[in-house]
Amino acid sequence: MKIHEYQAKKVLAQFGVPIPRGDVAKDPYEAYEIARRLGGTVVVKAQIHAGGRGKAGGIKLAGTPEQAEEIARGMIGMTLITHQTGPEGRQVRTLLIEEGLRIKKEFYIGIVIDRSRQRPVLMASPAGGMEIEKVAAETPNLIFKEFIDPAVGFQAFQARGLAFRLGLTGDLLAPATKIMAALYRAFEATDASLVEINPFLLTEDGRLFALDAKLNLDDNALYRHQDLVQLRDFHEEDPLEIQASRYGINYIRLDGNIGCMVNGAGLAMATMDIIKLAGGSPANFLDVGGGASAEQVRNAFQILLADRKVRAVLINIFGGIMRCDVVARGVVEAAKAVGIDIPVVVRLEGTNVEQGQEILRSSGLRFAVATGMKDAAEQAVALAKS
Amino acid sequence: MSVLVDKNTRLAVQGLTGREGSFHTQQMVAYGTKVVAGITPGKGGTLHEGVPVFNTVTEAIEKEGANATVIFVPPAFAADAIMEAASADIPLIVCITEGIPTLDMVRAMTFLSRSKSRLIGPNCPGIISPGKCKIGIMPGSVFKEGNVGAVSRSGTLTYEGVWQLTARGLGQSTCMGIGGDPVIGTNFIDALELFNRDPGTQAVVVMGEIGGTAEEEAARYIKENMNKPVVGFVAGQTAPPGRRMGHAGAIIAGGKGTAAEKIAAMKECGLHVVTSPADIGEAVAQVMRERKR
Repeated sequence: MKIHEYQAKKVLAQFGVPIPRGDVAKDPYEAYEIARRLGGTVVVKAQIHAGGRGKAGGIKLAGTPEQAEEIARGMIGMTLITHQTGPEGRQVRTLLIEEGLRIKKEFYIGIVIDRSRQRPVLMASPAGGMEIEKVAAETPNLIFKEFIDPAVGFQAFQARGLAFRLGLTGDLLAPATKIMAALYRAFEATDASLVEINPFLLTEDGRLFALDAKLNLDDNALYRHQDLVQLRDFHEEDPLEIQASRYGINYIRLDGNIGCMVNGAGLAMATMDIIKLAGGSPANFLDVGGGASAEQVRNAFQILLADRKVRAVLINIFGGIMRCDVVARGVVEAAKAVGIDIPVVVRLEGTNVEQGQEILRSSGLRFAVATGMKDAAEQAVALAKS
Repeated sequence: MSVLVDKNTRLAVQGLTGREGSFHTQQMVAYGTKVVAGITPGKGGTLHEGVPVFNTVTEAIEKEGANATVIFVPPAFAADAIMEAASADIPLIVCITEGIPTLDMVRAMTFLSRSKSRLIGPNCPGIISPGKCKIGIMPGSVFKEGNVGAVSRSGTLTYEGVWQLTARGLGQSTCMGIGGDPVIGTNFIDALELFNRDPGTQAVVVMGEIGGTAEEEAARYIKENMNKPVVGFVAGQTAPPGRRMGHAGAIIAGGKGTAAEKIAAMKECGLHVVTSPADIGEAVAQVMRERKR
C-alpha cells in the first residue's frame, strides 16, 4: 500500500526523523493560513501517489501567503501528469505547505528488502534529489549499502560507516546516525516494503531534514497495522481495482481490449503474454483464484464487463483439483447471471476437460471453445478486432 | 529417480485440522503420500482424517518418524510454524501459506540458516515426485512419472507447463513450486543443484516470472555448472512496471526485474528459452530428442 508524502512524514516524525514545519491544505484559503503561520517563503507540494512532481509543476515556491493561496488555487483540482502517473495523470486534492529551507546539500537514504540476501538493506548516497534507480544505473559507486541482520537490527557502527562515507562528520555525525537508526525503526515497526528520504537535506545552518519521504507498506502485514490502513486514499486507485479487491480478486487494469480471466497469477501473466504474441493487447491482469469458484467467476465477469474498452473476453482456467466440468458449469451459470453481449473465448485444460467443453458447447451461450492457450489467444484477438 | 521426496517420505501436516489442511491431506493420502502425523496445538492425542494429531512438531518426529512437514497455517502464524519445524531440524519443510508478512519471512530465514531444515515456499503449490509422493495442493492427475525436472515460482503455470509435458508422454522426476513471494526458502539454484545431481533427471524446465533477479542468478549457475539441458520461460513480458502481479514477489521495481532482462540472461547463458507459454512442452520434447541422438 502506498501513502502520501505528508502521511509518510508524520509516521517518520513519530520515530524521530526531523521533518520541515508544515501542514496540509485542502483549499486555497487553508494554504494561505498555513503560509501565514509559517512565515517567509513556503513550498506548496501536490500530494499524489507518484514521483516526478517537481518537473510536472506539482511543487512550487511561494514568497507570500497571497502567492501560496494563488498557487494552491491553480493546483487543487489540476490533473498532474508525471512520468510515473501514466498519460491519464492524477487529480490533486491535497497540498502540503511547508517552510522553505536553505539547501546546502542533498543526500539520499532509504531501506528496502534485498531479495537475494533476504534481509533489509539501508542505502545511502551523496547523489540526493535524483531518482535512486538513475543513480544506480549511472553512478553505482555513489550508492553505499549496509545489510541489516534482522535478529539484532541496524547497528551504530553501520550508521557511522554510512555517515562517514556521505561526509556527514563532526557535528553532523550524531544527528545523521540517529536519523538512520530512526528510519530502520520506522521500517521495521510499520512492516514497510520501502522507506525513502530523498532528498535527505542538509541546510545552510547545519540541520538535517527529510525534505521528501516515501513509505510503502507490505500488503501482507496490513492486518496488524489498523492505524496505517486508515491512510489508504481510494482516490489514488482505479475504481474497478478497488471493487475487485473487495471480492478478493487480483485485478490490474491495462490499456488493451481483451479482458482476461485466469486462475493463478503466473498463468494470468502468461495469458497476457500470449495475447500479445498473437497480435492483441490485454485489457487487464485478473487472477480469479486457484479454485475458480462459480461465485468468483461471476464477480470477475462483472469487473471485466465494467471496463468499456473490453471487446472480447478470454477465460483461461487450468482445472486441477477443481475439475473442468465444475468450472464449466460455474462459467455458464455466471455468464447467464451477468448477461454478456461480447464474445467470450474459453480455454479449459486439466481434469475432465472433455466434459467441461461439452457443458460450454451445449449451454446455449455463444462461447468460443478453444483448445490450448495459443488457439485461445488467436481466437480472442480475431474476435476483438471484428 | 527424484529429488527431496519419494516413497520414503513420512509427512506431517501442520494445520491438519483446518479446512485446507483436511482437504489436501485427503488428496495427498489418495495420491499415495504417507501422511503419518498432524500438528494442531491443543488437539494432541486425537485422530483426524485417520491421522494421529500431536501438539508439537517434535512429538510428530519422535512418535511417528516424520521426515517432512507441510504447513497449512494462516499467514499470521505461518512464520512461527516454519520456525517450530526448523527448530526440530526436520529435513524438509513445505509451506503452502500465501500472505505471510515479508519481515516475518526475513526473520524466519535467519532462523532457518541455523537449522538443518530445508524450506520450500512459502506461497507455493508444493513438491511432487510423480507416482511416489505429493506434498502440497497440486492436482496429482496432471503429473506423470519420468525424467524431466520442473521448477517454478507459480502454481497453475506449473500445472500448465507440466500438462504439456505429460500430454507428450514426457514424465517428470520431481516438480517443485518454489513460491511467489519475495523471500523464499529453496531458490532456483538450490533446485537446479538437486536436479543436476539426480541421475533420474535428464532435462529441466525453469518457469520464472517478473520481479527480483533469481532467474538471472539461475541462468549464470546453469551456464557454469549444469550438465543437463534446461528450458526456460518467464511470465510477465507484458506486465506494467511498479504493479504487483498477484504474487507478492512479482513486481518490476525501479525498472528492475523485467521479463526482458531475465530472458536475455537466460539466452546468454545457453538456456532453451521459449517466449510463448504454449511452447514449453514442445521445447522440452525437442531437447529430449536431441539428448537421445
